[in-house]
Amino acid sequence: MHNIQCDVAIIGGGPAGLAAAVSAKKQGAQKVLIIERDTALGGILQQCIHPGFGLTYYNEELTGPEYYGRFIKQAESLGIESLLDTMVLEVQPTGKIICVNSKYGITYVDAKSVVLAMGCRERTRANIQIPGTRPAGIYTAGAAQRLINRQNEMVGREIVILGSGDIGMIMARRLTLEGAHVVAVVEIMNYLAGLTRNRVQCLDDYDIPLLLSHTVTRIVGNERVEGVYVAQVDENKRPIGETEEFYPCDTLLLSVGLIPENELSRATDIEISAVTNGPVVNQFMQTSNPAVFACGNVVHVNDLVDNVTLESEIAGREAARYAMGSFPQVKRRISLETGNNVRYLCPHLLDIADMDEQITLYFRVLAPEHNVTITAKSGDAVLYKKKAVKVNPGEMEHVTFKTGEIPASSDCVRVDVTKEV
Amino acid sequence: MLKTDVLIIGAGASGCAIARELSKYQLDVMVADKNEDVGGDASKSNSAIIHTGYDASPGTLESQLVVAANPMYDKLSEDLEIPFERVGAILPAITDEQFEKLPSIKEKAFKNRVYDVEYKTAEQLLKMEPNLNPEVKGGLYIPRESIIDPFLLVVALAENAQENGVSFLLSTKVTGLKIEGDRIAGAETTAGPIEAKYVINAAGLYCDEIAHMAGKDDYYVNPRKGQFYILDKNTSCKVEHIVLPIPTKLTKGKLMCPTIHGNMLVGPTAEDLTDKVDKSTTREGLDSIETDVRKLIPKVNLRDSITQYCGLRPNRNPEGLHVDTYDDVKNYVNLSGIRSTGLTGSVALGKYVAQTLIDIGMKAPFKTNFIEKRKNIPCFHKLSRNDQNLLIKQNPLYGKVICRCETITEGEIVEAIHRPIPARSVDAVKRRLRAGMGRCQGGFCGPRVIDILARELNIPVTEVNKNNKGSYMIAGKVR
Repeated sequence: MHNIQCDVAIIGGGPAGLAAAVSAKKQGAQKVLIIERDTALGGILQQCIHPGFGLTYYNEELTGPEYYGRFIKQAESLGIESLLDTMVLEVQPTGKIICVNSKYGITYVDAKSVVLAMGCRERTRANIQIPGTRPAGIYTAGAAQRLINRQNEMVGREIVILGSGDIGMIMARRLTLEGAHVVAVVEIMNYLAGLTRNRVQCLDDYDIPLLLSHTVTRIVGNERVEGVYVAQVDENKRPIGETEEFYPCDTLLLSVGLIPENELSRATDIEISAVTNGPVVNQFMQTSNPAVFACGNVVHVNDLVDNVTLESEIAGREAARYAMGSFPQVKRRISLETGNNVRYLCPHLLDIADMDEQITLYFRVLAPEHNVTITAKSGDAVLYKKKAVKVNPGEMEHVTFKTGEIPASSDCVRVDVTKEV
Repeated sequence: MLKTDVLIIGAGASGCAIARELSKYQLDVMVADKNEDVGGDASKSNSAIIHTGYDASPGTLESQLVVAANPMYDKLSEDLEIPFERVGAILPAITDEQFEKLPSIKEKAFKNRVYDVEYKTAEQLLKMEPNLNPEVKGGLYIPRESIIDPFLLVVALAENAQENGVSFLLSTKVTGLKIEGDRIAGAETTAGPIEAKYVINAAGLYCDEIAHMAGKDDYYVNPRKGQFYILDKNTSCKVEHIVLPIPTKLTKGKLMCPTIHGNMLVGPTAEDLTDKVDKSTTREGLDSIETDVRKLIPKVNLRDSITQYCGLRPNRNPEGLHVDTYDDVKNYVNLSGIRSTGLTGSVALGKYVAQTLIDIGMKAPFKTNFIEKRKNIPCFHKLSRNDQNLLIKQNPLYGKVICRCETITEGEIVEAIHRPIPARSVDAVKRRLRAGMGRCQGGFCGPRVIDILARELNIPVTEVNKNNKGSYMIAGKVR
């Protein structure tokens, strides 16, 4: 059996894993190893050939491959090692990783700290339980994106897209550019699931209809999709029978949400949040297993890779410090409370050391709202207060403050989004 | 022209079991099926239970076959390497009215010669199955009710039959029967005419159409739709036994049980149809499963569903399982009414049909070189780390995981594609190996499996189908 020793092992070579690796190495970790199941680094960005990446991190607009290409260059020059074409089978609670590839067979990796950066997967037709037949021609948007952009294979010609998530809208444009006809993008909620800029650039610019408060009620076709029934939904998201209409198509793409991929994390016995489906982490991106860190979409699903990079840099840096024995001594724990119209906060808690640290808490609202005030409070102290014209569950928000501002008497920070009156 | 001693129409569980049984004799046997793979219809969408026959109608052929078949599965599953487990079933009475029915159910089981049904108290049942409705009054325990991999059962029967000389003509539809005088002489098919001394109609859902070709119109198939949920292996509320409701006249009712691979199966509905192609799930059907199963297992979480599917039971009207022979169409055996117990009964049916052929005058000596065992494709994720390593050294493709949910390697997929009964479609790969049957439902492995199929079969990706002709996965090259 093949054995490898390293300081920091990173599971997943997408944008999260790459940023964590670069940051761990820069922090001084000697041997940093990325384990990646694909034949190349870059993760999902390999199939994201559209622009729109790097606007906040690099202040320029890059394509997916350009964005991760910069990290690969850095990783190469820093001497970061990677095991490609390698699937991790198991992460033991001790941190030992068991993985497999064709070259070395079963491989054991012993690392002083581990960073989980496995990303997320797509929700399926079955998750949302669309009735009907089970023909060919039903794809998740990401699978279709892979087929078209990496395998050069066209999924269909007449397309209905369910879900207004970002990948769905981007695929609507992509398919249109390749000569397919996108009949409609159908969204069950009465608001957009993805970013407004994608609606403008991917749907409006190509005259692709967006049907809010609608859903696919039935799939028709025995061998290949022949069409779908689409109906308007009421305020309880129940289809209104008499509005049901048949849309002929040969393909149904689903962009109905992403789920952090934590099959491996669960086996390490770390605590998983029921809200985000990802590991519970502190501001060091450290999980409930002190040697295991996590970052990117495996923790919570992000809208922008730029944010993934930022939090992954923290995870890499802290994993390196843990491996080198220079991890900060934690003095007290601050819990984080989701207040009005806040679905979750990430990180999930703060472990306060001696230093005065700058903290950024990312969150999503539960429901869209206009003219709100976003606050972070601890005891009587207001740590953050800002007005926002519009908040939407599809766009991640954040608050920032310094740990030194948290009163000594308080052990909690609460974030609220309240409508101005 | 193709010539054979026996032509079996239909490569479902029944057809393949008959084929395997007949391959023990010195006979030429041929199986024709319209689908691209064996087990393509009723055999692939059912509850995957090996029944005991405790609740069959006593004295019927169906009861006889199911009761005879159940004990055969220990050896069969070992010989053919089919995942099979005797998990046992419980039949809890939730209401007083149901409780009063228990003695008559036990008596019926006794009449069916299922002697090992035991009464259990509410406390005993709750200990066996902690997620059971706490209002349970008591119930029955049926220890030999079992679960199996239904896809591999059919594939294994077919592969073993093939190894013993049976030929399979897949994607071959029978379009007519040849009758000369008062006896059968063969069939017309989409692959040309086949001359046959004996013809067996094991066409399941379509057996009435074949019977019509033989001039027999004394029944018709009245499909009964069953909708099911499959739940994630990690679902919060699981059961360890087959949990059955007290049966009604129409159906065994909606049950919950583990699958042989650790998922939970919940269903089925029972809806009488006239349409044989309506294999669609419905909102009403799925909702009715939730309502009914909650009475047994209140905490069942159908939000953890990873797929929903629908199967059509080839029920017939007038009802009843029939194996018919005729004086005016000699050497023709017509099977009909093989419904939800058909998977279980298949292996006994194989023997029954062989005996029927002998009874009507077929003379065939036993083979001396019948191969009893069949090796399955190595199952990477079930091996020890050491054995996994050895396998990769022999064939590096076993080191490449393609389906991450179920940990299925490229080595397994390539082998399935090149087996004697080859997996030539995405669904055929899925049924043999479970690639795409996990929680992401092929979102990850699907695009990869398409490319592997195209490469190994040396066909353009546009010719890779989900299952039958017309179910293309890829519409063309992008550019």
